[in-house]
Amino acid sequence: MNKDLKASAPTDSEIVLGILNNSEIVLKRLYITYFPMILQLIINNNGDEDDAKDIYQEAIIVLYNKIKSGEFELSSKLKTYIYSVCRRLWLKRLSHMNRYGGDIRDFEEHLPVEEDEVEKHNDRDIQFDKMENALQLLGEPCKTIMEDFYINNRSMQEICERFGYTNADNAKTQKYKCLQRLKKIFFQQK
Amino acid sequence: MSDNQLTELIEQYLNDDMSHDERIEFELLRKKDAAVDSRVTEHKQFIGLLKQYGERLELQKRLDAIHNEIDVHALKEEVTIHPVWVVRMWRHHHSKISVAASIAIFAILSTLFFTGKLNNHDSRFVELRDEVSKLKISNDQLKRTVNTSLISGAKTTKPKPANPGNFRGTGFALSSNGYIVTNYHVVSGADSVYVQNAAGESFHSKVIYTEPQNDIAILEINDPAFRNLGSVPYNFKRSSTDLGENVFTFGYPGGEVVFGPGALTSATGYQGDTTEYQVSIPVNPGNSGGPLLDDKGNVIGIINGKQTQVAGAAFAKKTTYLLKAIQNIPSDSLSKSLTLNTKNTLAGLSRQQQLKKLKNYVFMVKVYN
Repeated sequence: MNKDLKASAPTDSEIVLGILNNSEIVLKRLYITYFPMILQLIINNNGDEDDAKDIYQEAIIVLYNKIKSGEFELSSKLKTYIYSVCRRLWLKRLSHMNRYGGDIRDFEEHLPVEEDEVEKHNDRDIQFDKMENALQLLGEPCKTIMEDFYINNRSMQEICERFGYTNADNAKTQKYKCLQRLKKIFFQQK
Repeated sequence: MSDNQLTELIEQYLNDDMSHDERIEFELLRKKDAAVDSRVTEHKQFIGLLKQYGERLELQKRLDAIHNEIDVHALKEEVTIHPVWVVRMWRHHHSKISVAASIAIFAILSTLFFTGKLNNHDSRFVELRDEVSKLKISNDQLKRTVNTSLISGAKTTKPKPANPGNFRGTGFALSSNGYIVTNYHVVSGADSVYVQNAAGESFHSKVIYTEPQNDIAILEINDPAFRNLGSVPYNFKRSSTDLGENVFTFGYPGGEVVFGPGALTSATGYQGDTTEYQVSIPVNPGNSGGPLLDDKGNVIGIINGKQTQVAGAAFAKKTTYLLKAIQNIPSDSLSKSLTLNTKNTLAGLSRQQQLKKLKNYVFMVKVYN
């Protein structure tokens, strides 16, 4: 691990600003700064490094989305916030796996995290899982057309060229067909 | 309007890709037709979700890229709390350790049990009551049934138990009216107690007082066949006796009364017990509760045990404790007065004469349970 990165822990406001400005460097510094703390928490509470990665990334995503949506207020230290969210998430997962012995070994102070914050994040995850499934079931070339057009914001012209459609109208018709099927698959899922 | 065209319109509308007039027209349509309106909302939400999903994938990819730069393995070593070796050993081998420990405990307990160490009983000290073998009892019972069948109808036999009892000890009279002292361990757990005199007559007796801590029990003969013993020839010495004093005992280690001569060898008993004397006297099971007398015929103690593996170490409870026990008897337990004899009529007599007199005052205590 890069020693300089470890040495210079970014300040909390730096991080918030950096994320709002889509700064890759700030995200990286944030990630690297607090990962050891969470690794320690998970490993010493019946988890392994993969669990730590999952939980930590989930927490970073929660934080990221909260900052992006403008709801985030720096009421506590960021470190404490991340730790608390991870702790909450890990407790939940432990009880899911029936590995929770009713006792967790803590390394940092933590706050009670609002239940609905984690809950909201979970709901969104379920939606995303459904979307991923639906896209898989959709198959090619529809999947790529959908991703290119709606996610990567490519123009119809580019898509036309990529898939060798003779005119943009054909491509457009194809796109709407694909969208319709995607919606159908998505909403049929339970 | 086809479905595709509608979708295209919705997209144009949402992307703000319409001319002013088209827009007003579409908004009118939306207001008029609820189906169109719901299509717009639905489309907006769905595309929003799709876009968010894309963003999430993107963010995840970025985080994974960052994660891959971290040397997780080294970090893991760093943050793992290494428990001390005892704890680690326990975690890895606790089942084996538990099994081993249980086996060890079991082995120790069974060894202790089989070697008799677990009994509270000290094997180096034996109490001298005599356990009459079961075989003998059954023999006796057999003999009795034979006897009764032989003489059945001829004449009524005396309804006294010929059965020698489960345990036997010795006792001696405290007063002429039938109070007898013996050891507590002789009569403990007794259902009924008989005393048998030298002539072979048995009398039913009742345990009226016990002092387990001093191993003393006081019996009272309550048999209608009992007659007054006549005044007791010995008295009870209150002061302690000096070492080297010639002493003797008289008791029932077997079926017959046995004289045991000896000497007082120590002022303390087993393991320094100051309530007892140590005497060098041949005693055997059955001697328990017998009197220990000095040369002049004063009672100085009650024989109660001997040490095994040591030659000539028998023990006798000092008379002082007997006298204390007598004082402690609650008065309502005494149906007759218990007056100790203070006149010693044995002094000056030869040993043979003394024993002849004593014989009538020493009893075999038979215990049934």
